Amino acid sequence: METIVKSNQQQVFAPWTDPQNKPLLRFENVTKKFGDFTAVDNLTLDIYEREFFALLGPSGCGKTTMMRMLAGFELPTTGRILLGDNDLKDTPPHKRPVNMMFQSYALFPHMSVEQNIAFGLKQDKRPKQEIKERVEEMLSLVQLEAFAKRKPHQLSGGQKQRVALARSLAKKPKLLLLDEPLGALDKKLREQTQFELMNIQEKLGMTFVIVTHDQEEAMTVASRIAVMDHGRIKQVATPAEIYEYPNSRYVADFLGDVNIVEGRVGVTTGETASLNWAEGQSHLAVSTKERPQSGDTAWIAVRPEKVRISKEMPEEADNCLQGEVWDIGYTGNISTYHVKLANGQMIKAQVANRQHLANRPITWEDSVYVYWEKGAGVLLQS
Amino acid sequence: MAVTQPADLVETEEVSTQAQEGIGQKVLIAVPYVWLLVFFLAPFFIVFKMSLSDIAISIPPYTPTFDLSEGWDGLVALWNALDLENYVWLTEDDLYWKSYVSSLKVASISTLLALLIGYPIAYSMAKAPSEWRSTLVMLIILPFWTSFLIRVYAWVGILKKEGFLNYALMWLGVIDEPLTILNTNTAVYIGIVYSYLPFMVLPLYAVLEKMDGALLEAANDLGCSPIKTFWIITIPLSLPGIIAGCFLVFIPAVGEFVIPDLLGGSNTLMIGKTLWTEFFSNRDWPVASAVAVILLLLLIIPIVLFQKQQEKQMKEDG
Repeated sequence: METIVKSNQQQVFAPWTDPQNKPLLRFENVTKKFGDFTAVDNLTLDIYEREFFALLGPSGCGKTTMMRMLAGFELPTTGRILLGDNDLKDTPPHKRPVNMMFQSYALFPHMSVEQNIAFGLKQDKRPKQEIKERVEEMLSLVQLEAFAKRKPHQLSGGQKQRVALARSLAKKPKLLLLDEPLGALDKKLREQTQFELMNIQEKLGMTFVIVTHDQEEAMTVASRIAVMDHGRIKQVATPAEIYEYPNSRYVADFLGDVNIVEGRVGVTTGETASLNWAEGQSHLAVSTKERPQSGDTAWIAVRPEKVRISKEMPEEADNCLQGEVWDIGYTGNISTYHVKLANGQMIKAQVANRQHLANRPITWEDSVYVYWEKGAGVLLQS
Repeated sequence: MAVTQPADLVETEEVSTQAQEGIGQKVLIAVPYVWLLVFFLAPFFIVFKMSLSDIAISIPPYTPTFDLSEGWDGLVALWNALDLENYVWLTEDDLYWKSYVSSLKVASISTLLALLIGYPIAYSMAKAPSEWRSTLVMLIILPFWTSFLIRVYAWVGILKKEGFLNYALMWLGVIDEPLTILNTNTAVYIGIVYSYLPFMVLPLYAVLEKMDGALLEAANDLGCSPIKTFWIITIPLSLPGIIAGCFLVFIPAVGEFVIPDLLGGSNTLMIGKTLWTEFFSNRDWPVASAVAVILLLLLIIPIVLFQKQQEKQMKEDG
C-alpha cells in the first residue's frame, strides 16, 4: 500500500477543509432505483476542483451507477446533481462538459487512433488546425505518436488504454470520469499507469473521478476516497485518514488488512477508553476522542503492521496478549504471523523481514506475546 | 509395443497412418467439388451447349444433339453446327435487354425497400431485452415453415380488388374505391420485399446484436447527438450486415419468376418470366438457354463482389 505525499506542493491540497470553498460537483440526496433495487441510496457528496476523487467499493455498491449519472446515461430517481451551479438533470450526455474513459475503452473500431482522439473535437466543430494540434498534443502526452494511423485492433491492451485516456482528455472536460480504467492491465503495467495518471492529472489541473474496486489503486492515486457499500457512502476521507482512522468495521476491513476485537466499553479516562473483550483478560486500551457509552458493544481495529510480536514478555506495552503462532504467511518483504489467543481469537502481526529467512526467531507453535500501543488501535462503534 | 517391435516397422506404420490421413483429407475436400461438378458445372455445360444450338421441331426441340454412335466425325459435325446466333438474337430483339434491365431495376428497388424496412426491425430486435431475442429471431424465420408458393398465393388473396387489404382500407374509410394493386409492379415489389425480408433482417441482426453498447455511449459522451451517433457509428459498424443482407436479397430477386408471374401484370417485365415464356410457351430451348447463360453471367458479378467482401470481413475479424 502506498500513499503518495505530494511534497512538492507548498500548501497541502485540501479544499474540502475550507467551508468557504465551493465544490465543483455536488450530489444532493441522490437516490437511484432500478425497479425494486436501490443502487444509490440518498447520497450526498461534494467533489472539489482539481481533486482526484476515488469511488471505492465492491461490485454492486452503486459506484458505477454514480458515475453513469454524472455522465448522463442514468438520471437520479430523486435528488439533484449540481456541476458548478447547474443542475445536470436536463442536460443530455452529449451536452455535458464531462468526459468518460470507459472500462472496455470503447474505442471506435472503424476509426484510427488519430480519428478516435479527434472525435470529440470534431463534434464541437473546432477548426481543423486546432483539432490537428490538439490530437498531436494528446498523442505525445500518452506517447503514442508512432501509432496515430493504427486501428484499435492493431494495438495492445496498454496502448488501447492510453488511446482511451487521450480521447477522453482531448476536449479538456471540466470533469473526467474513469471507470475502472486500469482493470484490464496486468499488475506491473497497472502500477506504472497509476503514476502516469497522477502526473497527467496534476499537469492538466483537471478534476478526475475514478471508480475502482481496487483499494491499492484508490490509495495510490486519489486525493480523497469515498468508500461505498449498498448504495451508501460509508466514509469520505484522504487515503491516510481512511486507512488510519476508519469509522466502521466495514471500512477498516475493506482497506487493507486489520485485526478486529469485539468487546464492551469499560471506563473512559481522558482520551483513553478501555474495552472489556474477554472473561479474565486485562482490558484493552485505545485512544479515542469520543466519549463512548460504558457497557456498549464496540470494536478495536488495529492494523497488523502496528502489532508487534516477541517471545519474551515486553517490558512496557499498553496492550499485551499471549498466544501461540498458528500460521505464518511469508510474502518476501514481510511475514504475517497468525497468533491464536486462548479464547480462539486470531491476531495478525506483521514483521518486516530485515534478516534472511533462516534467522527467523519465531516459528510455528511458539508461545508468543503480541502487543501494541493504545494509539495504534481505533475504537469503532459500528 | 514399440519395445518389442523393430524400430523400422513402427516407423512404417506411422508413415502409412499419415498417408491415410492425407487421403482422407483429400476425399473430404473432393466431395464438394464432385458435387459441384455433377450438379452445377455439368448441367451448366448442357445448357451452354443448348444455347449454341438451333431450334427444331423434334424431341428434344433443338439440333444438333449429342450422339456418340457417329464417333469423332459426329463430334466435329456437332462442333460445326454450334454458333452464337441465339446470343445475337438477344441483342436484336429489345424484349431481352429490357427484361434484364427491368429485372435489375425491380431487384435493386426491392433490395433498397427491404433494407429500409429490415434495418429498423433488426435494430429493434437487437435492442430488445435479451430474453426476447431468440423468440424474435424465431418469428422472423417462422414464415419459412410454410411453402414459399403458398405464401405468395396468399398475397393474391390479400391484394386483389375484393381482397383483404382493400376491404380493410375501405372499412377504415381511407379509400372509397378499391385499389388496383394485384397484377401491377407494386404487387411484385410487395411480394419480393415480403419474401426476402428475413434474408435482410438476419444478417443485420447478427451484426447489430454483437455491437458494443458502450461505443454509442462513448460517442454520446464525446458530444455526438444520438441521431448523429446512429449515422457515424451504428451504420458504419453494421456495414458488413448491410452488404450481406443486400446481396442475399438482390441475387435471388433478379432471377425471380414465381412472384412476378403470380402477382405481376402483363406489363411486368422480368427476366425470369421471359425465360419461362421462351422455354414453355415458345418451346425455344436454345434462346431460353442463352437467356439463362447471360443471366448467370450478370449474377456472377455481384456474387464475386459478395465473396470478396466476406473474405475481407473474415480477415478483419481474424
